[in-house]
Amino acid sequence: MSEILVLVDHVDGVVRKTTTELLTIARRLGEPSAVFVGAGYEQARDALATYGAQKVYLLEQPELTEHLVAPKAEALAQLADRSTPAAIMLTSGAESKEIAGRLAIKLGSGVLTDVVDVEPGDGTVVATQAVFAGNYTVRSRVTHGTPILTVKPNSATPEPAPAQPVEEKADVTVSDRARAARVVERSPRTQTGRPELTEAAIVVSGGRGVGSADNFAVVEGLADALGGAVGASRAAVDAGWYPHAYQVGQTGKTVSPQLYLAAGISGAIQHRAGMQTSRTIAVVNKDPEAPIFEMADFGVVGDLHAVLPQATEEINRRKG
Amino acid sequence: MNIVVCVKYVPDATAERGFDPGDRTVDRSGVPGLLSELDEYAVEAALKLAEAGDAEVTVLTVGPADAADALKKSLQMGAGKAVHVLDDAIHGSDSVGTSLVLAEAIRKLGTDQPVDLVLCGMASTDGSMSVVPAMLAERLDLPQLTFASELEVGDGTVRIRRDGEAATETVEAALPAVVSVTDQANEPRYPSFKGIMAAKKKPVQTWSLADLGVDAGSVGLAAAWTAVDSFEARPPRQKGTVVTDEGDGGQRLVAFLAEQRFV
Ligand SMILES: Cc1cc2nc3c(=O)[nH]c(=O)nc-3n(C[C@H](O)[C@H](O)[C@H](O)COP(=O)(O)OP(=O)(O)OC[C@H]3O[C@@H](n4cnc5c(N)ncnc54)[C@H](O)[C@@H]3O)c2cc1C
Ligand SMILES: Cc1cc2nc3c(=O)[nH]c(=O)nc-3n(C[C@H](O)[C@H](O)[C@H](O)COP(=O)(O)OP(=O)(O)OC[C@H]3O[C@@H](n4cnc5c(N)ncnc54)[C@H](O)[C@@H]3O)c2cc1C
Repeated sequence: MSEILVLVDHVDGVVRKTTTELLTIARRLGEPSAVFVGAGYEQARDALATYGAQKVYLLEQPELTEHLVAPKAEALAQLADRSTPAAIMLTSGAESKEIAGRLAIKLGSGVLTDVVDVEPGDGTVVATQAVFAGNYTVRSRVTHGTPILTVKPNSATPEPAPAQPVEEKADVTVSDRARAARVVERSPRTQTGRPELTEAAIVVSGGRGVGSADNFAVVEGLADALGGAVGASRAAVDAGWYPHAYQVGQTGKTVSPQLYLAAGISGAIQHRAGMQTSRTIAVVNKDPEAPIFEMADFGVVGDLHAVLPQATEEINRRKG
Repeated sequence: MNIVVCVKYVPDATAERGFDPGDRTVDRSGVPGLLSELDEYAVEAALKLAEAGDAEVTVLTVGPADAADALKKSLQMGAGKAVHVLDDAIHGSDSVGTSLVLAEAIRKLGTDQPVDLVLCGMASTDGSMSVVPAMLAERLDLPQLTFASELEVGDGTVRIRRDGEAATETVEAALPAVVSVTDQANEPRYPSFKGIMAAKKKPVQTWSLADLGVDAGSVGLAAAWTAVDSFEARPPRQKGTVVTDEGDGGQRLVAFLAEQRFV
């Protein structure tokens, strides 16, 4: 069977759910080989084996992570030259998309981004992409070179398929040109204890209607009662009420949870772009004319400062 | 300093966008076009640098005749001159083809005076792939400093802050470099009346593929390395139940969530 290269998305060896999704999808096309770049493989080993990696390429040279994007693209290009994979798959995040872009030029291959589904096609891979803020789905193919695909989080349910991957320390060379942009400082994001926004099954988001940074406590309270992540609209982020890392939308994160609860958010196209593929949408907004109600499975016209705390209390009461 | 800003002309995101059923490319008829809003941040970043030092700002677009509007807006904001790569053969290019044309245009711009900085937006608002700046860095063999939420240039060095997935990074490189900026980087200015008047006299050059030495057969729909087989509008979401809070809104919300097994 043909080899599919999957770039592992991890934080210090903690494999992100997006990678187990990718491995699950890759198994439809061939035998997944995980490409692990950086430190922390010991932590990652189990997850990669559980989700069916037949092979793991270990790339532990520090220069691969001390520079922006370019070295990882070079490393993948060298692996692809050696193993002639049937496809290369990455997560649809900012860095991975850029790696995919450089790789496309290096390999002379087409690239598809924001893929939400993949199936084997006639000698190639057929992808489904969500485009125009999720308003259209497009079926597309790479017609030249090795298909390079970046796949959106939550595009598949990770399914275990235990394997005993062959581990190979891969020697790759990093050119001087790839070291041109140097990461001189890195400060990891503070952990909130809540699920990661793009991976969460439930997201509770607040917008301008929340009114202040302090008031975000009511959004956090409901998110915690539901075991969900917290999101924010750009208006709330621009006002300085919540950090940019939690922004949902075109210039923030794209989420596709089982439940998206929008409180005090009007539903501008740029916000919808980041959440409209959510399975269930619930809305709390005091303006019955707010466009977000058009996409709500359930909506409450009311003041979020009353509705959210009451909901939190009710959930906690039911939990006993 | 010689700065080139890449600006894209896109269909308005707030209008009904769609595809041409004929060749399955973006349907530009009937949808108003404009300068991609996210490229305004790149123009603003260039103008700020120009104001702080001595810099010339050239805006560059690859697109159909109407794309001249994106250049016009950038000139009104304050860019010094503009280049429009216009050629029917470019129609339907994918990211690989588009980046080839942009890279060759930047090379040509650099023949008179070397280009120090290529500035881009973080993503277009139509394709929104966020790959073109990385592709330009690859093609032009320049350092890549992308998704900058802060940008500093001085002493031949460029330094950015990048809010990554798991960490905030400071990244540094020597000029020349390719930089893309996010919508956190600045607040784009509106063209002033003076700016609008001044733009009328600013030079706009139009180049064809032949001017760039790019073979027409290497770009466009037929030469693209990706193909769209079909497209479909996503069925609109059905509007569900909406209730008005009468003191029990939170409880009714939880009843719905429980019914859906979220509680
Ligand atoms: C290029 C570009 C990119 C953008 N990217 C993004 C993005 O990534 N994400 C994003 O979110 N936006 C983005 N935007 C901005 C977007 O256009 C909207 O401006 C933004 O989403 C509005 O945020 P909001 O819904 O919180 O605020 P508003 O539109 O002001 O809506 C606030 C809502 O809260 C309701 N409300 C007020 N008080 C209460 C209360 N007490 N209880 C209940 N409801 C209340 C109001 O009725 C209103 O509906 C982008 C814009 C551009 C041009
Ligand atoms: C809905 C849709 C989906 C698409 N999907 C794919 C796909 O999966 N694969 C593929 O290869 N192509 C795809 N394309 C084509 C691709 O979007 C265009 O070729 C495009 O010019 C480059 O990609 P982008 O717009 O996504 O740019 P991005 O990479 O998002 O743009 C980033 C920055 O690059 C600069 N830039 C980009 N294009 C231009 C330009 N024409 N002129 C000047 N500056 C520019 C701007 O500064 C911009 O802010 C798609 C197009 C559409 C409309």
